[in-house]
Amino acid sequence: MTSLNEQLPPASGAAGAAGVAAREAVAPRGRRRYSADLSALGEPALWGFGGALALGIIMIALFLMVVLYNGATTFWPKPIERVELTDGTVLAGVERRGTIFRPDLARLEPEVRETVQENDGFAYRTLYQTANFDLYGDDFRWVADFEIADVTRPAEFYYFERQVWGVFVGRIAGMQVNGVAMEYDPAVFRREQAAARERFREIRRLERNDIGRINNLIERERLNQRRAILRQGEEAAAPTIAQSQERIAELQAEFQVLQARVNEIRALDRGFRVTLEEVGGRQIEPEMSQIVRYFAANDLSWAQKLGIYVSRWGEFVSAEPREANTQGGVLPAIFGTVAMTLLMVIFVAPFGVITALYLREYAKQGRITSIVRISVNNLAGVPSIVYGVFGLGFFAYTMGGTIDQLFYPENLPNPTFGKGGILWASLTLALLTVPVVIVATEEALAAVPRSMREGSLACGASKWQTIRYVVLPKALPGIMTGMILAMARGAGEVAPLMLVGVVKLAPALPIDGFYPFIHLDRSFMHLGFHIFDVGFQSRNSEAGKPMVFVTTLLLLTLIVIMNATAIIVRNRLKRKYATGQF
Amino acid sequence: MQDTLEFEPTAYHFKTSDEGTALDIRDFNLWYGQKQALFDNNLEIQKGQVTALIGPSGCGKSTLLRCLNRMNDLVDDLRIEGRITVDGFDIYAKGVDVIALRKRMGMVFQKPNPFAMSIYDNITYPLRVDGVTKKSILDETVERALQQAALWKEVKDRLNDSALGLSGGQQQRLCIARAVASDPEVLLMDEPCSALDPIATARIEELIEELKGTYSIVIVTHSMAQAARVSDNTAFMYLGRLIEYGDTDTIFTNPQKSRTNDYVTGRFG
Repeated sequence: MTSLNEQLPPASGAAGAAGVAAREAVAPRGRRRYSADLSALGEPALWGFGGALALGIIMIALFLMVVLYNGATTFWPKPIERVELTDGTVLAGVERRGTIFRPDLARLEPEVRETVQENDGFAYRTLYQTANFDLYGDDFRWVADFEIADVTRPAEFYYFERQVWGVFVGRIAGMQVNGVAMEYDPAVFRREQAAARERFREIRRLERNDIGRINNLIERERLNQRRAILRQGEEAAAPTIAQSQERIAELQAEFQVLQARVNEIRALDRGFRVTLEEVGGRQIEPEMSQIVRYFAANDLSWAQKLGIYVSRWGEFVSAEPREANTQGGVLPAIFGTVAMTLLMVIFVAPFGVITALYLREYAKQGRITSIVRISVNNLAGVPSIVYGVFGLGFFAYTMGGTIDQLFYPENLPNPTFGKGGILWASLTLALLTVPVVIVATEEALAAVPRSMREGSLACGASKWQTIRYVVLPKALPGIMTGMILAMARGAGEVAPLMLVGVVKLAPALPIDGFYPFIHLDRSFMHLGFHIFDVGFQSRNSEAGKPMVFVTTLLLLTLIVIMNATAIIVRNRLKRKYATGQF
Repeated sequence: MQDTLEFEPTAYHFKTSDEGTALDIRDFNLWYGQKQALFDNNLEIQKGQVTALIGPSGCGKSTLLRCLNRMNDLVDDLRIEGRITVDGFDIYAKGVDVIALRKRMGMVFQKPNPFAMSIYDNITYPLRVDGVTKKSILDETVERALQQAALWKEVKDRLNDSALGLSGGQQQRLCIARAVASDPEVLLMDEPCSALDPIATARIEELIEELKGTYSIVIVTHSMAQAARVSDNTAFMYLGRLIEYGDTDTIFTNPQKSRTNDYVTGRFG
């Protein structure tokens, strides 16, 4: 203190005795000879730290805004424009986006070329979704501004979302009700289209549930026969096989009945058609059941638009995808993501916590434990695709292959568990996220005060009782934090999943009504992979682009919901085990 | 500093109890790694009495206390020599059931350390880890222990509330109740009042007064006034050695060793 006082300028000598803070406040500016180091002043660091935080927040906000805007507006119905070009062709479509481009000047009309040249050779063009892929061979068309002669929005144009072939843009020229051609009548069409959709769903139900069940049973009988042959030999298995054949014959008879019913509905359905005419006059006559949704895009009230918006979201979260995933819903992907993440948590939680318990509480702290700890931390830095390769090689091929040979020999050479599946995917992700859980659990355990453990031991509790009743409850919120981090990482991971069980389109969910009800061997769909797939792997990436944002928005929402649930649970626990204050 | 303390025999003039010796510490040495922390301690803790361990910081009084119920087993690299016997059996002998030993020794720590459970569960903890599940026994124990710790009146209506909601003094009394719940023979107290305000300290001291007789109490304290107030015998330790062990009045008014005199009169420490 004395030496500090000696360094002070005389004017602030009295205040100097009161301490550093007081001196800062009292010493006149410019006379502080005692603080030559810039870092002694807190402000530059403050600006740096605050700036870094602000930058981070701005980037995250920007990202969220882009996703939110694009995701939220995709399903809003947009008007159909009828565009007449200068060369006389007419097209109709929904405006998608616009951009400037550099047209080939040599191929332009002289007067157009002049205007373009005035703009330094640039012109503006618009991408129209002209749809009608079955007629045009393409869904989109670029139209430059200088080509356009006239743009109108006729009320007669409808926007049809179809079961196959994607969207149709055009007008309704007529319809066929029960085989009888008639004029288009909106009321009749609405009613008949709804009835046709109901028939469509009926067919799907029959095919999926009833026929699916029979197929499943026949397949099981066939497998039973093979198993009997494999176990008992051809001759000994003969009675079993005969019995099984009888059963198959019964099932096939049942199948015939159902198939006949399906054919009957199909035949009926063919009588209900609608005649659609594209802007150039070409017509198609699809069955009404093929029309998923239709609306007069230029003749909608605000409420109707909202209705379509809501109905599209409803379809998105509750239906299966169609048109190579670029339309329809993502229910299987939502299901797959949630199921896989939960399975992963089930695997990773006990494994990670037990490992951390041993490392922190039982293992002798020394060089070997340090090496193990460092290795675990390093595991978190291994590229996730490496885990995918490992998962495929070890889980799917080695473990799955062994399981197949031991338990499902009748199915070979078709693999049951010996290929990618939801079980292997969640195990792979569990492996990927286990370091996070171990590190978090270890820290949570280390944070339990020594006095707590001593208190318990002094009561005559054994080490395990102390851990079980005192340490673990106290560390639980910290462990939960680790689980939340692991869940967030696991739910957002895509690369390893592509190797161990995620597919573009899964024919069935991992859980269904057929024995054994939970099929952990099945491939599944995943929202993260879905984004990659519709954005970059689909027939027409332009068609999939809006779905990228919608799916991203959904995936983010899903992760937020899962994490929020976990955080709420953790906070409950925290409150329960809050430390005492006095 | 250590070499300035040449060996002198301990001065003994302690009050013996009618009931005999609770704990007998014989030629007790202790090392943390290479460093010796206790040197040839010989001490007889009398049954039913309060024995205070005093001395400057780092003199080994807490270490010695924590050896009595083998809490020091948690420390790596610890080595001991000598014997501590309870009713004639050596607690550091091979194959001693440490858990059973700790059940005979209640312990109260420097900072109140109630578990994050209800008051009821805190007190029944020593019984539950022992496998007692009968509700009537647990209920009975909770009432007896809380009454012994003079906490019953304050908390009897909220036994199922979290123990962490109690004040610091109440928490420490709860810890005492927990320590006596399993009906131990000895109560070890490691500076039980150092984290408490004067009023709470006074209550704990009254409590010690009431509990002595029922239990043999060993208390480590920094406060000489406290040692003088609550204890029958006082042991003065310095740099790991037991300097003087005698009845409290003599230690504080007429110590036989000059170093004890210096300490109790506040000349050092």
